[in-house]
Amino acid sequence: MRGKYAIKQLSIFLENRKGRLKEVTRVLAEANVNIRALALAESAEFGILRLVVDNPEKARSVLSKEGFTVKEQEVFAVEVPDKPGGFYQVVKALTEADINIDYTYAFVGGKDSAILIFKVPDNLFEKALEMVNQNGIKLVEPIFFYGK
Amino acid sequence: MDWYKKDFLPREDLEAIQLKRLKDTVERVYHLVPFYRKKFDEIGLKPQHIKSLDDLKNLPFTTKQDLRDNYPFGLFAAPMDQIVRIHSSSGTTGKPTVVGYTENDLRVWTEVMYRTYKMANVGPGDVVHNAYGYGLFTGGLGFHYGAEAVGAAVVPSSVGFTKRQLMLLKDFGATILCCTPSYALHLAEVAREEGFDPPKDFLLRAGFFGAEPASEGLRQAVAEAWGIKYFEAYGLSEIIGPGVAASCPEGELHIFEDHFIPEIINPETGEVLPEGQEGELVFTTLSKQGLPIIRYRTKDIASLYKAPCKCGRTVLRMGRIVGRTDDMLIVSGVNVFPSQVEHVLTQVEGLTPNYVIVVDKRGVLDVLEVWVEVDERVFTGDIGSLENLKRKLEEELANALFLRARVKLVEPKTLERSMGKAKRVVDRRELKDIA
Repeated sequence: MRGKYAIKQLSIFLENRKGRLKEVTRVLAEANVNIRALALAESAEFGILRLVVDNPEKARSVLSKEGFTVKEQEVFAVEVPDKPGGFYQVVKALTEADINIDYTYAFVGGKDSAILIFKVPDNLFEKALEMVNQNGIKLVEPIFFYGK
Repeated sequence: MDWYKKDFLPREDLEAIQLKRLKDTVERVYHLVPFYRKKFDEIGLKPQHIKSLDDLKNLPFTTKQDLRDNYPFGLFAAPMDQIVRIHSSSGTTGKPTVVGYTENDLRVWTEVMYRTYKMANVGPGDVVHNAYGYGLFTGGLGFHYGAEAVGAAVVPSSVGFTKRQLMLLKDFGATILCCTPSYALHLAEVAREEGFDPPKDFLLRAGFFGAEPASEGLRQAVAEAWGIKYFEAYGLSEIIGPGVAASCPEGELHIFEDHFIPEIINPETGEVLPEGQEGELVFTTLSKQGLPIIRYRTKDIASLYKAPCKCGRTVLRMGRIVGRTDDMLIVSGVNVFPSQVEHVLTQVEGLTPNYVIVVDKRGVLDVLEVWVEVDERVFTGDIGSLENLKRKLEEELANALFLRARVKLVEPKTLERSMGKAKRVVDRRELKDIA
């Protein structure tokens, strides 16, 4: 299932310094890369910007060329009803299977659904997909992100 | 004879003592330390060739590298059952520099520290607040035993806990302060923040400051902040610790020459330079048994003056240390070599990073930062692993340097951008110095 549902996410290391976020977004805009989902994790001194974009290869190459440190990782996405309990059912399925969630972020998908992105430990990736699937939760294919 | 009087001997008497002791020391190292025997033999030098003080220049040099190569006890000239104390300083590649003292060496050390304290007439009735670090470094115990020898009461407060130090300084009525000059200034600042007027509210009258270079401006600032007389103490653990030289009431830095012969050499050629000329300071110990050392290259740049001092002392004076022949940094009184930092970074698995050492001041205190570039080799994409890396580096650096360093993770190219190319050390303290 991994081959079918793994989505490439880019993590970009950023110092907590004025103008760095602006610089990343400028580089992507000028390369005509569309950001489909994002999350920003921060510590006291630095941050990590996580992006799912329509063209990860291109994004990675332009960012690296501009001197950013970029890491590509695999995440998966699910679509749940945009109503109370939507997030809960996914977290419950993963937790009951002893799968630790590294982090997750979400956005409203359409009129009545939400898209949730999950990062789990690499060795549990396949198991997580199976669990989600067994619980009748809809997995989102990468084409959803890359296609536009 | 009162030890104090040794600083006032006629030069001929002093030089006679020096020559006798030099001959003894050369005999001792030749027969007891294979390292020196080999070095002497290589140049065909026998102990009996040393006939005058002028022959000193024919002896081979000793370097910090030699101490490291013979880690830990290879240069000791006394069997271990005669060694009663061991100190050490941090090393450049993981191994520290080790120094050993016999009972007699400790007596010599106490004597030179006694003479140091006598510069300010410290004696019974004085309370000496000693805020040099007690431990492997020589500062704490050196100042401690000297103070006891002059009959003062010592408060062994060691370093840190500034507010508690202030309480002790005040409540115990300290009259003499011993610490690094920057810490003395920091103490005064904290005292003022606490609502004190240091010159009025404390009984301090003098202080012995050393272990780090101090500009004229810093000296004046310390003296004024506390309303005290500033005395300088110079030393290095390889020679004995503090107590190699101390400044007199005239402000002249006198070397305790009957125990340590100084020379100034051209650091490139090794040639001895005439009086008054600047060059690398070199010391030969004259009375040490545990670790006698021949022509030790301090890498400190200074000059020597023979003319008698206004204070009446006949022992040589040295000018202020004006620099180093190597890249050693002194941070809060602790010696730091950039190579030590590099060694730690390369030891941490998978890391051969770009880095810059930034020494700065927070208020008047030194801070050491190591900026490490996060490149694709170390960046896993997780906050946690970066924080672990930072913590691990800070831990390893503290172990290697005996000093806390703050690690800052930065983006690639940041260093070049903000520091200019290939610069490994940025010392921002000079810009902020009070002078």
